[in-house]
Amino acid sequence: MKSTHADALTRPEIHTMGTDKDANVTTENIVTATPRGDRPVEPLVFEKSIPGQRAVTLPPLDVPETALPSEIVGGGFPGAEIGQLDLMRHYTHLAQRNFSVDGQFYPLGSCTMKYNPRINEWAASLPGFTGLHPLQAETETQGLLRLLFELRGFLEEIAGLDEVCLQPAAGAHGEYTALKVIRAFYHDHGQSQRNKVLAPDTAHGTNPASCAMCGANVITVPSASGYTDVDALKEVIDREGADTIAAFMITNPNTAGLFDSKITEIAGIMHEAGGMVYLDGANMNAILGKARPGDFGVDAMHYNTHKTFSTPHGCGGPGSGPIAVTTKLAPYLPVPQVEYDDVRSMFSLNYNRPKSIGKVRSFFGQIGVLIRCWAYIRSCGPDGLRDVAEMSVLNANYLASQLHARYETPYFEPGKGKWCAHEFITVPKSLLAHGVTLLDIAKRLIDYGIHPPTMHWPVHDCLMVEPTETESKRTLDTFIDAMSRIADEIESHDDAMHDAPADAPVRRLDEVAASRKPRLTFTDSQ
Amino acid sequence: MNYTQITPLEREEMLEAIGVAGVDELFSSIHPDDRLAGPLNLPPAASELELQNELNALAEENSGAHTHACFMGAGSYDHFIPTLIDQVVGRGEFLTAYTPYQAEASQGALQAFFEFQTQVAGLAALDVANASLYDGATAVAEAAMLAVNVNGRRRVLVASTVHPDSRAVLRTYFEELPVTVVEIPAGPDGIIDPEALAQAIDNDTACVIVQSPNFHGLIEDWNACFEAAHSIPKTLGIAVFNPIACGLLNRPGECGADVAVAEGQPLGTPLQFGGPYLGLFAAKNAFVRKMPGRLVGETVDTDGRRAFCLTLQTREQHIRREKATSNICTNQGLLALRATVFLNTLGPQGLAEMAEQSYHKAHYLATRIAEITGFALKYPDTRFFNEFVVTCPAPAAAIIEAAVHEGFLLGPPLDTPATGAQGSPNDLLICATEKRSRAELDSLVEFLAREYGLQTSD
Repeated sequence: MKSTHADALTRPEIHTMGTDKDANVTTENIVTATPRGDRPVEPLVFEKSIPGQRAVTLPPLDVPETALPSEIVGGGFPGAEIGQLDLMRHYTHLAQRNFSVDGQFYPLGSCTMKYNPRINEWAASLPGFTGLHPLQAETETQGLLRLLFELRGFLEEIAGLDEVCLQPAAGAHGEYTALKVIRAFYHDHGQSQRNKVLAPDTAHGTNPASCAMCGANVITVPSASGYTDVDALKEVIDREGADTIAAFMITNPNTAGLFDSKITEIAGIMHEAGGMVYLDGANMNAILGKARPGDFGVDAMHYNTHKTFSTPHGCGGPGSGPIAVTTKLAPYLPVPQVEYDDVRSMFSLNYNRPKSIGKVRSFFGQIGVLIRCWAYIRSCGPDGLRDVAEMSVLNANYLASQLHARYETPYFEPGKGKWCAHEFITVPKSLLAHGVTLLDIAKRLIDYGIHPPTMHWPVHDCLMVEPTETESKRTLDTFIDAMSRIADEIESHDDAMHDAPADAPVRRLDEVAASRKPRLTFTDSQ
Repeated sequence: MNYTQITPLEREEMLEAIGVAGVDELFSSIHPDDRLAGPLNLPPAASELELQNELNALAEENSGAHTHACFMGAGSYDHFIPTLIDQVVGRGEFLTAYTPYQAEASQGALQAFFEFQTQVAGLAALDVANASLYDGATAVAEAAMLAVNVNGRRRVLVASTVHPDSRAVLRTYFEELPVTVVEIPAGPDGIIDPEALAQAIDNDTACVIVQSPNFHGLIEDWNACFEAAHSIPKTLGIAVFNPIACGLLNRPGECGADVAVAEGQPLGTPLQFGGPYLGLFAAKNAFVRKMPGRLVGETVDTDGRRAFCLTLQTREQHIRREKATSNICTNQGLLALRATVFLNTLGPQGLAEMAEQSYHKAHYLATRIAEITGFALKYPDTRFFNEFVVTCPAPAAAIIEAAVHEGFLLGPPLDTPATGAQGSPNDLLICATEKRSRAELDSLVEFLAREYGLQTSD
């Protein structure tokens, strides 16, 4: 590999998308100024591309060049060429076309769209964290390893369980990892036949999908009045055979927004059958500091730090899904584990766990997300976390109590002392009877500057509303008023409902056409 | 500080409106025996000022690419990150939005992901791409899962030169399923011998996975490997690529790959101790309906105006449950956004220059290190991109430790669990990107020569 800079270099040809290379493009007559008018479309970045524009340049090469044999050189990256100002404007325009917690009330049930404190963002962006290479010597990264070890302890305490693994990249990844751990436990104890996982009919779709990835069979357990039907659970166990069952995956508070008071009884039934209880921790916000999964019989669980611990959702990620397990499951957790090594008096990453299921991801975890999570827990403290649970439940019950007269709440019955947890479901049957769809209601909320709640889940024609603890009473009252006005509009048969949203960058979309003939990338020929 | 905004007076008003005497009544469904009696055993709440001090102290305990000249690669690369990226991605409209299910309220994110998909397909020279997966290693496993789902075969062939984390995750993914993962060893030149690969392929082979540049930085012969794969009809060629290298080197689709996956971290995401990163996933059109992860598609609104929405959701877990193509229900949104802003900021020219400079700097460094007596390139006759293995006259671990005190981040050693324990103790993987100045390259050479070289020849 001698430096032979006298040789001619082979370079990929620069190919710009969105402009016809062969056309004799000039700056004349290629643009037309028009009034912005009704809902202007933001062109794709490729359509804004102008050959020769640059947003940033690199310093000149300061070493001799080495020959590049033509057989290894490819066609180059076909991207847009655009200057920095126009690129910034592109993203400013895109940002303006997005609802967000920062901009709008976002009562998206099951997603816990709480405020994302900016101290967390600042913390994760410190160069002393972002600059660390994952394969550096442990001696050089003690500050970060200490933080991760402390976070492990915090999450173990909050769960009431014995050992946390911080690695999973998201809640679904945590489920998958924990199921692998449970399977590994049974293999190790000569019970490989335990390959059935029970899940309630209201479970998150990820639960059965994660089971399938582990080679486990999913058996659905019916619910009654929004709760796990304990008799049905016993029947399922009898029918399937107790010794074939690995675990019951339960969400508690559940997806109907209810805390299952029979959880210890359910755990008892499972443990008697020799199986385990797995908690989907999606709804941990409602019980922080009030109750601990380990105390009510859970053997393994995952957290969603992007729900419970205020790490940003970021248009869909990155999340993080640490799992917590009992001592008997701990040996099977993925490697490496962040530990305190007494012998060397330092924090370390331990790969020497012979029973481990191995690796489930690159390197060690969503570190930047975990730093935010640590900062949030430290900011709240034990009393603040309990107050999070209380305020999230207060806010949800306040909304439900003010809405249920017109928006039926099948599982929220104040007359019977049946409250909701941090979220509730409404199935607005009497409003839908006026000939509107759930989609009409959801899209009309956009016109009121409110992000629609979760729709059609866990039951058909429902809205799942989760205000979170960080919203003010004024915002909640505005939402109540908006919902009430929408009910008025429905009852007065206002056609605006069917055309909603009237005030959004686009009108209602044809989502069916999108999947019939998928167009997933921009091509020059479009 | 827990960021709640309800005042004590409002709290009383709300309790009254609900019709309960106190908040505890709302928790009545939790059996008293199941309630936590006392407070959680956690440190007391810290004010923002205290947290700033504490976090600064924790961050300052670490040395890394912010304090040292980083010559580490091995799947995580210290590339230039334009300032624009943090400015765009830090905007609350992107940072604090959820998955864009409500398309009319999420056109910004959806359009950005559509542009991202277009760019990833362009990097891979394939037809389509998804809106990202967790990371490079899980993307490799998901690609193999796609192949198994497409052709129903039971053997996955993976080059032993694929990143050790990717191979480890592949083993974990298939361990409980009736699929065998077979590793194909490299030849003495550090890359896969296509003929040996062809021997290993049979009628039950679902796919062949080859990474280039491979874990040791060497350029594999994708063309020959995928030709071998295609000698059996329906066997898929899966390329694991480096997105920066695509600015310069052959892209997967140009070499016959059916599916291409990558660790997307080099595209504008900092090292940040290994995560969060993002997995890139591109494929030929034929496999769209078997692809994992989120997909954004173009459509129109009721006025015929161009718009974007999540599409082909019937592949996904919330509809298909246990029959889904994968359990994944997120993408790495902000990191995909970082990648697309990065690619638009650099442009085709900038990406080509970044790749070329990395290539030239790594080769300059390799040449100079190989001139030090006692040091030798482990694979002197094999082409590489931006990293290479050096056989040192001393254990790599000792050199790495000494180098830290001189201001260099070196490593990793190749005989540790973190790197798959595949090398000998004296093997050292060294990487140079466009960020390393000639002065830094020269001073590393000077350090190695002074401390470990018997004598230098110039």
